[in-house]
Amino acid sequence: MNIIVCVKQVPDTAEVRIDPVKKTLIRDGVPSIINPDDKNALEAALKIKDADKDVKITVVCMGPPPAEVALREALAMGADEAYLVSGREYGGSDTWATSNIISEAIKYIGNYDIVFCGRQAIDGDTAQVGPQIAERLDLPQITYVQDIKMDGDKITVQRALEDGYQVISVKTPCLLTCIKELNEPRYASIPGIYTAYQKEVKVLSQNELNIPADRIGLTSSPTNVHDTFTAETKGAGVVLTGSEKEVSVALVENLKAKHVI
Amino acid sequence: MDFNLTKQQEMVRTTVRAFATDIVAPKAAEVDANDRFPVETVELMAKYGMLGIPFPTEYEGAGGDTLSYIITVEELSRACATTGVIVSAHTSLCINPIYQFGTPEQKAKYLPDLCAGRKLGAFGLTEPNAGTDAAGQQTVAELVDGKWILNGSKVFITNGGYADVFVVFAMTDKSKGVKGITAFIVEKEFKGFSIGKTEHKLGIRGSSTTELIFENCEVPAENLLGTVGKGFSIAMQTLDGGRIGIAAQALGIAQGAFDEAIKYSKERKQFGKPISKNQGLQWMMADMKVRLEAARHLVYHAACLKDEKKPFGTEAAMAKLYAAEAAMYITEKAVQIHGGYGYTREYPVERMMRDAKITEIYEGTSEVQRMVIAGSILK
Amino acid sequence: MGVKIINEKCVGCGMCVKACPVGAISMVDKKAVIDYDKCTSCGACVAKCKFKAIESDAVAAEAPKKDLSAYKGVWVFAEQREGVVMPTTFELLGEGRKLADSLGEELSAIILGDKVEGLAADLFAYGADNVIVAEDALLGTYTTDAYTTVLDQVINDMKPAIVLIGATNIGRDLGPRIAARLNTGLTADCTKLEIDPERRIILQTRPAFGGNLMATIITPNHRPQMSTVRPGVMQKMARDDSRTGKIVKANFTIKADDIRTVVEETVKAMKQTVNLVEAEVIVAGGRGVGKAEGFKLLEEVANELGGVVGSSRACVDAGWISADHQVGQTGKTVRPKLYIACGISGAIQHLAGMTNSGCIVAINKSADAPIMKVADYAIVGDLYKVLPALLDELKK
Repeated sequence: MNIIVCVKQVPDTAEVRIDPVKKTLIRDGVPSIINPDDKNALEAALKIKDADKDVKITVVCMGPPPAEVALREALAMGADEAYLVSGREYGGSDTWATSNIISEAIKYIGNYDIVFCGRQAIDGDTAQVGPQIAERLDLPQITYVQDIKMDGDKITVQRALEDGYQVISVKTPCLLTCIKELNEPRYASIPGIYTAYQKEVKVLSQNELNIPADRIGLTSSPTNVHDTFTAETKGAGVVLTGSEKEVSVALVENLKAKHVI
Repeated sequence: MDFNLTKQQEMVRTTVRAFATDIVAPKAAEVDANDRFPVETVELMAKYGMLGIPFPTEYEGAGGDTLSYIITVEELSRACATTGVIVSAHTSLCINPIYQFGTPEQKAKYLPDLCAGRKLGAFGLTEPNAGTDAAGQQTVAELVDGKWILNGSKVFITNGGYADVFVVFAMTDKSKGVKGITAFIVEKEFKGFSIGKTEHKLGIRGSSTTELIFENCEVPAENLLGTVGKGFSIAMQTLDGGRIGIAAQALGIAQGAFDEAIKYSKERKQFGKPISKNQGLQWMMADMKVRLEAARHLVYHAACLKDEKKPFGTEAAMAKLYAAEAAMYITEKAVQIHGGYGYTREYPVERMMRDAKITEIYEGTSEVQRMVIAGSILK
Repeated sequence: MGVKIINEKCVGCGMCVKACPVGAISMVDKKAVIDYDKCTSCGACVAKCKFKAIESDAVAAEAPKKDLSAYKGVWVFAEQREGVVMPTTFELLGEGRKLADSLGEELSAIILGDKVEGLAADLFAYGADNVIVAEDALLGTYTTDAYTTVLDQVINDMKPAIVLIGATNIGRDLGPRIAARLNTGLTADCTKLEIDPERRIILQTRPAFGGNLMATIITPNHRPQMSTVRPGVMQKMARDDSRTGKIVKANFTIKADDIRTVVEETVKAMKQTVNLVEAEVIVAGGRGVGKAEGFKLLEEVANELGGVVGSSRACVDAGWISADHQVGQTGKTVRPKLYIACGISGAIQHLAGMTNSGCIVAINKSADAPIMKVADYAIVGDLYKVLPALLDELKK
């Protein structure tokens, strides 16, 4: 069985802070990491490989050259092959253009039974690229996967809903997007780190993929960024002072007066 | 000398740091409070290949280098010094002498299980009356009917209660003094071998520190490590390498305490401002930082020399001496910066201060390190 | 390729530096300089530059390929599960009503399902002018394939200008798939929508970078313009059962072979899920609660107010409370009438999920905690002393 896992390298948004004076993002020293949901996707593939040594896992990452580190980490966790999809022509792609590019890369790699993606990336939180790759590859998709059972070419998953889950079955080939409830991703192993750097990370650029210009990059993306700004917080309210009893009385009075309670 | 870490070393650091933050740190206080050896963490470290880092893959090692191993001990110790020393004693004091001095048969028999972490290793040199003066060994070994028979006891043996394989030293010819000491590989199942009492300690309380007791313990002839009479040399060379591991443990403890102190100084407000705004504290933190970085340079330098197969004994002694004293200084200041809270178990710095002390004592006290350093100057 | 600075026009104001989400612009000798190793050509700086000193291929984007004027009206995807319209749909109708009115166009709800025409009354009552009904036995339970196949046909047939979909687990499965099939843009998880009156396009605002940055996205040259909209953010209109409208039967074909997944069963989670999104009162605890047992006190207060218990991520990570209680960037976004934050410092990730609450009460030991800055009522004190007193007062 051949599994392709799509990963993205993202800034660790938990480490991003706002400069209180300049109201801009402080990005210095923010580490780049494999997108968390993508690690769940990779772990799902690795679990299938744990049970069946004939499984081959190929990781694909679209991004600038430094994103190679994410692929090395995926190799160190146990993936077999890695492709970096990279090119200036791809810069500024929105999810539509990104899925065009990644799906062409997957077609170039060829021969896949399952494509795993994370549900969404923490820098954009769109959750769009997975389903859009599925559309381009004409694959059935199941998103928000929280449990997977394999039975030959039939896969039965639990798909999370807000108030429970659906049990959905699908035949391979298919695309699944994974959420953190699915598993606990393993760490890279120390021996794995050394072998990861002995492997080749193949680079796929326009030379290899040759995608029509009207399907990639900033120019062709249907959506454009119109404006960006840092989120504002509300103004200062009232500070209630006094004993615990006094503040409680004041609070309840105020809330009742404003018909909050 | 170049501390621009390789990509592999950088990834080892980020990986072990994540492991230490997620898995090791949350247990550190409990492991300390209950004197509990973290068996489950050791199993996980085995799974991730952290128990045989600087050894070749043919022995199921990670195929890494000393610096990666040192970084691993540092990052583990930053979260939990107990966990750091388990790895250090296993790797430096048990696997390393077998790898360096073992026969091909001994290596094939012991290294894969040890490097893969299926078995844990320990090192038995210290005796009740032979600590710093290791030459005063009273444990004896006699060759009887093709087997070595060991009698005596060892104390303060790190990993003692949980190890499967021990590198042990015994006197085979008292008349020859240090030249009469011989090294052996002892398995915990050997007849006549047992574990004595477990120590209750000031720090690294989760680490298992025990007595080893040999009562007509039968060791097969093929388990003699090196050659007869070479034991003292093996012990000293092993300790040279081990000191880099302990130096890394000290460095990790210091870094952990430093990080806690900086974080707390920004959060804690007194007189209407964070205490980090006080110059008195700022100078203290500057002094801590300088010692931390100086220690790191010495430790990494010693590791690099070992990787380059250059002499590193004196540098290891300097690294261990300085890092241990820096750890003591920095943890003590970290407690001071935390004030009353620092003295309580609400915060980890009191544990780090207790943990730091041992690094000035084991694998050669600070006084022994000074002897080694002075000896190299005056030779 | 991408973005470039026109040096003669750059006045060194630095607006682009702030606008760049990846930190690729810096000021050198009072001129903006782009670090192309970091630049993703996103175009955020182009929009921000008041001096037209940044050029991008996107600005010079080619004319639309199709006749956009043929696309008219605002659509809301009326999500139903088991024959019940999801509450988010009504929120979307409330917002869609405003958008349609500012365009002077009609608001339509499109509903897919098996025998769902009866739900049209609900949709009219909450603001729809038209309800487009696509009924088929194959549409009873949501499947990506069936819904995409049908929506694709109906959208191509009827050509709406704007399509809004609730960012539920199903909406975020369907939205990207249908947008890709239609080859149009989709903006995910929007928290604010408005019409640019000049260009008559929709401005879609959404959080990015973990809520640290807000981005306004447009889809200038493709139709329909599509958004998924975060549940709980938009306001529904007051229900008006006197409202009526036109029911339109959708033209489509669907066959069983189109559907490649099988929904074997739908399971309601056995554990008591906390419906934070719909709660009117949330009593939330943070690191200051200190232990799992502490949440019992919060629960007592919540029960007294008819609310539910929420938490910050720290408590979930610490294992004091289950993840379905979590409010914030990685948890739920909530806008209850009353949010009582107990021992929550108010990290940006948490604020992102609750700042839109009607009334915020913060109880914290530190007067300087960020939560106190967004609170309508701030109480500096120990929650273990304040909450029992408050509980007594509420019981009176």
